[in-house]
Formats: sequence, structure tokens, C-alpha cells
Amino acid sequence: MRESKLGLDFQRVDYAKNIAKNISDDVQNFVNNYSTVAVERTLCRLIGIDGVNSSDIPLPNVVVDFIKDKGMLKHGVLFLIGNAIINTGLTPQEIAEKISNQELDITTMDFNPESEIHKAISPYVNSSIERIKSNRQRRENYINTLGEGAKPYLYVIVATGNIFEDVVQAQAAARQGADIIAVIRTTGQSLLDYVPFGATTEGFGGTFATQENFRIMRKALDEVGEEVGRYIRLCNYCSGLCMPEIAAMGALEGLDVMLNDALYGILFRDINMQRTLVDQYFSRIINGYAGVIINTGEDNYLTTADAFEEAHTVLASDLINEQLAFAAGLPEEQMGLGHAFEMNPELENGFLYELAQAQMTREIFPNAPLKYMPPTKFMTGNIFKGQIQNTLFNAISIWTNQGLQLLGMMTEAIHTPFMSDRFIAIENAKYVFNNMKNIGEEVEYKKDGLIQKRAQKVLEDSIELLERIDKESLFDALEKGIFADIKRPKNGGKGLAGVFEKESNYYNPFIKLMKGE
Amino acid sequence: MSGGLYSMDKKEFSTELNLKEIKPYGDTMNDGKTQVSFTLPVPCCDESIEAAKQLMKKMGFENPQVVFYKELTKGFTFFNCYGNCQHSVDYSTIHVPKVESTVMDMHETDEFIKDNIGRKLVVIGASTGTDAHTVGIDAIMNMKGYAGHYGLERYEMIEALNMGSQVPNEEFIAKAIELNADALLVSQTVTQKDVHIKNLVELVEMLEAEGLRDKVILCCGGPRISHELAKELGYDAGFSMNSYADDVASYIAHEMVNRKK
Repeated sequence: MRESKLGLDFQRVDYAKNIAKNISDDVQNFVNNYSTVAVERTLCRLIGIDGVNSSDIPLPNVVVDFIKDKGMLKHGVLFLIGNAIINTGLTPQEIAEKISNQELDITTMDFNPESEIHKAISPYVNSSIERIKSNRQRRENYINTLGEGAKPYLYVIVATGNIFEDVVQAQAAARQGADIIAVIRTTGQSLLDYVPFGATTEGFGGTFATQENFRIMRKALDEVGEEVGRYIRLCNYCSGLCMPEIAAMGALEGLDVMLNDALYGILFRDINMQRTLVDQYFSRIINGYAGVIINTGEDNYLTTADAFEEAHTVLASDLINEQLAFAAGLPEEQMGLGHAFEMNPELENGFLYELAQAQMTREIFPNAPLKYMPPTKFMTGNIFKGQIQNTLFNAISIWTNQGLQLLGMMTEAIHTPFMSDRFIAIENAKYVFNNMKNIGEEVEYKKDGLIQKRAQKVLEDSIELLERIDKESLFDALEKGIFADIKRPKNGGKGLAGVFEKESNYYNPFIKLMKGE
Repeated sequence: MSGGLYSMDKKEFSTELNLKEIKPYGDTMNDGKTQVSFTLPVPCCDESIEAAKQLMKKMGFENPQVVFYKELTKGFTFFNCYGNCQHSVDYSTIHVPKVESTVMDMHETDEFIKDNIGRKLVVIGASTGTDAHTVGIDAIMNMKGYAGHYGLERYEMIEALNMGSQVPNEEFIAKAIELNADALLVSQTVTQKDVHIKNLVELVEMLEAEGLRDKVILCCGGPRISHELAKELGYDAGFSMNSYADDVASYIAHEMVNRKK
């Protein structure tokens, strides 16, 4: 028996989830028939193709671009490479190197029977499945032996641009009490249609996401985790034009948390919606299998739209993100659905409305480790007030049992966090979380009071919105600017050229293996 | 370490306000009281506390007090300090270049444009280059505006287009040509390693190469941008924190009229 402290009608919640499922099914019908250059590059990485050529172009790009130029991408890279393995006896990496050196054309070879091609590729497929499985095991072992921080996990960012400096900042944050370290990506990486290679020391507002950087930070966090006796999770950004590739790299290197929103790239990076919806599906399959907690980006809507007036769009998007994640086989326990504390501080009773919405989100997604985002839009250079805004945000989080607490920095809107900013933020959260620990169990909300009514209204408004989206399809709704007041054409934006329809012999065994179908 | 709650020090300084020699104010004119916090890359110990005090003295503070310290991680110690600033500045001779225009509200600006220009002004805005932040340009342009100041989209006499974030300078200019823009607004939020300067300068150079620079009113804005910096980089105006659509719209309207003269 589900009980609501807010007087929410759970039949209405179920109804909302059903509409969201219809919307997601409609998207999935489209997604099932398509693949993208990013998905194909991901498959290259998953069968062991790595490194760059003499012009620093990643080999997965070299291979996929080569096949695309020959007009053969509809068969998928695994089919063509599997076929080439039979015909040449080479490994996928050797095949990629030969393609790069213009010594091999895998698109003109005779096709072997499909079953033989599948057999030829399977050792490479299984080896990466095993590697991801063992990374998952590694995490579970650590959590069983070292333990982990209590929820809400304290989540902080490092953003020096230099992976080696990031390590210093990250280890310091872990010693101060952080549970999750997110390495902010350099601005602009989401629009690169390739993933840079190797350790990097230059970035703007963040550090490049590369497989080597993942490895360096993973090692650093394992070291400090053993030192402090707590498993420290590593977070990166699985978004932009390389969404599934980053998921694969993260899975191979043992990342724990990934920003991975189905709609964010469309709305905020003007990435083509067909591209992102296809990419998010495979990226979430990988994240699901790797045991990675995904974070969705609803908080971003509120940086453009008003947090009070548009609260229902956040919930509607959470509901759609949940269903799209289910479709990719991602369990609830890994869905860090996003929401945020972004109301104007001048709003009378703003705290009560924020509390209502946080509690509502908690009740609607009871098993999800919700990702709660701090105030950013109304942070000013007044760091003293900012510290109070963050304190109120922390109070709501412990009160409503949020999962991942992205700590607010009092110097938000001034600079990327100093080491001392992070210390002050962690100290604030620990103080509030300890001092108010059981408030959620002790305090009930007045029947039909301001808080209950607010939550009920947001739910009803989002049902109305979901009904509208369902009537038109998600694609049309995005064209009309339903989320965050941003309009995106179905055939506009970046990356559409990389979307293609799959041929009947197209092969991607990872989908079944990872979803356990 | 602390001087106690109440300062019993004899005031050995003039407590008269002198605009030729102003200094920080704590609770008494010219006391110079200042709060400072910083982290030193050394462990927490008596020596590092002394180092913090000596550093405060070098910064020009008399009677430096370290009121809080904490080792953030091995080898890094955070300090909160107070001291009496010994320096002063001559306020009476300071001149700061500003956007010179009378700020009007939305209706006044619409009327002003109707009366003095007689057609809608086309204004295009974007967060250009790799900058992914739209909060600034949205605050100025979006219908809703920010903090009670309606954005340019709501102005009757302004045709506003907000191109969003990560707009390459080439695309921005192409759109300006296509729409025959009167004014261009560039927002820059990320300033790490001066990436904004490079990007802002590039836009000016490209506009000059296209022969467009003098045909448009070119403004930039962002939390770390000043009017002075904007002028230096070849812009007509720069808008910093606490600027709203009113400021930008009034400036553009006045400047259009000034240029017609």
C-alpha cells in the first residue's frame, strides 16, 4: 500500500506513467529501426578498436567514416568487420589500422553467411561484456568491503581543465567527505563528433572526457577511497554527439555515474532529435548493464524557464525519461532523475513550494536515486546569501530523502570551485544532513495545506502536458517548444547526417546481451 | 589571537570622511577593516598561520588576525583573516567609462523608437563560440526577461532573435546579414583562460572583413565583461552584471538615433 504524505492520488500517478509509456513506445518504434555514426563508433570501441591515426583521428571514426563514404553503413560495422575477420584472419584493431593505412577495403568483400559472421565477431563481443561485468563486480566488491557514504551522496565537481590537477582536487574533495566526483567536461565537447584520445591538460571550464582521463581519475579515486574507507564514485557526461561512445568508455573504465538525458542535447545543444533519441537508447543500454547511475538533466529547463511556473515540465520530462530508460533496460535503482531548487529567492513561501516538489518527486519515483540540483540561476556574487540558499537546498534534500546531492557552491556564478569552496559546501551539507537527519519521519504536512496542494497541482499540470505530448508525439512536441520554451525542428540541429536506417542484416548483439533478453 | 568582542583600541586616525583617501569601513570611519580568505599550499601548523599573517601584512594589512584555519586536505590550509587596510584611494579623481544613455522602461523605449526611428529594430543575440551558457542572453532577450524586467522579445518595436548557445561567429554573422540586423548582442559567460576575449575579438575582425562593423550596433555582455573592456575590444558597448533588457534596449534605441544625426 503506497501512502502519500502529500495526499497524492497514486492512480493519477499510474495514469501519468502510462501516458509517458505511450510517448516512449512511440519514440522506441522509431529508434528500433535506426542507428547512428556514434552508435557504430561505440560498437568499434566495444570490440577493441582504439587509438588514433597519424592525423590524430580516432580509429573508430576512421572506420565508420570509411564505411559511410562507401555507402555501406546500413549493414552496421559489426557485420562488415565480422565478415572481414573471416576473410582476412585479422583482429578488429588490425582491420581498423589497415583501413586507416588504406591497405584494406572491407566494403567490397563477398559476404559470408550471417551465422558465421556472428560467430567470428562473438569472441570480441564477449570479451568486452566480460570486462564490463568485471568492472561492475569491482565496484560491488569495493562497496561490500570499503562501504560507501550515506544518501544523499555528496556530489561535487572538479573542473580545472587539467586531468592531473583534477586528481589533486578530487582526492581533496573525497577526504573532505565527497561521495561522487564529477569531472566537468570542457565547454564544447558535446558538439565534437569524436572523442579525443589520451590524457589531456588543456580545457575551458572543464576537462576533456577521454578514456585515458577516465582511467587516471578512476585510479586516483580508488586510491583515496581505500585511504578514507569509502568507495568514491566517478561521474562524467554521457551527452552530446558521442553519447553512446562515452557510455562505452565509461563502462570499460569503471565509471559509476553518467549524465545521460534523452532530451537535453536536443534542447540545449541543438543536436538533432532523431540523432539524440537513437543515441540515448544504446547509451542507456550500456549504462544499465554497467551498473551506472544515470542523471537526467531536467534541472536545466529551469535555468531558462521559471521554476515555479514550469515545475510540471520537469515532472513530465522525468516521467518520459523514466520510460525511455525502462525501454533501454535500465533499472529504477540506476535512474538519477533530475530536479532542482531554482525558485526565485524573493518568492513568498518559496521554500514550501520547493519542499512540496521535492517530496512529490520522491513519492512518484520511490526507488530512484533522485538527483537534486542546487540553486544556480539566482546565485549572485553575494556569497554569504548564496551559502544560505545552499543551506535551504540541503535542508529539503535530507527532509525528502534525495539520492544524489549536487552540492551548491557559494561562488557559483563567479568561478569554477576553489578547493576551499568545495570544503565549505561539504561542511554545510554534512552539518544540515546530520542536524536534521530524521525530520522527514517526524514532520507531516497539513491536510490540504499549501504544500499538499502545490504537489497535487504540479502532478495534474504534468498529466495535462503529457496528454498533449501523447496526442502529437514527442517529436512534434519538441518542434512546438513544449520544454523550456525551446523549439527544435525534427530535421534541424546538429548530427542528423549521422543517422541511418538499418538494413535487415544489421547486427548489434550487445542490445540483447546487455538487456538480458 | 582575537582582539576580543569590543575594540578598546584608541583610534589613532582621523575619523573624518576624506574622499581623497578612502579606505574600507568596518564600524568606524577609516578603520580599514577588511575580511580576506585564502588557501595556502602548506600543512596546518604554527608556521603556516604565521605565513598567513605575514602574507596579510604584505597585502597591506596592519594588525592581521587569523580567525579560522582548517587543513582542507594534506598540504593545503584554508584561512579566514581580518586586518586593517593601510592603503587608500583618491575617489574624487576616478573616472569610469560607462554606457551613456538614459535608461527607459519597455513602453518608453517602444514609444521612443516609434517617434524617432519609425520602424522596428532588428536585434540578434547569441552566446557565441563554444560557450554553452544561455543564462545571460536569455535574461536580456527572452519574453519573460529577468527579475521583473521584460526581455527584448516582448518589446513591440524590437524584432528579437535569440540564437541560443554555442553559435559559431560565422553563423551569427550570416544571420545578421540575412535579417539585416540593426544590433548584435554577444553573451560570454565562460572566461577561463580568456577564451571570451579571443572569441569577441574574432567576431569584430570578421565583421570588419565583411564590411559590416559600422553598419551594426555591436554589444557584448556577461558577468566578467565591463564597458571599458568592450570598448577596448572594439565593441560599442558592454553590459555587466545587474544589467537588464531595459539598459540594452535604451542604449540601442538612443544609439540608433545618434547615428542618424
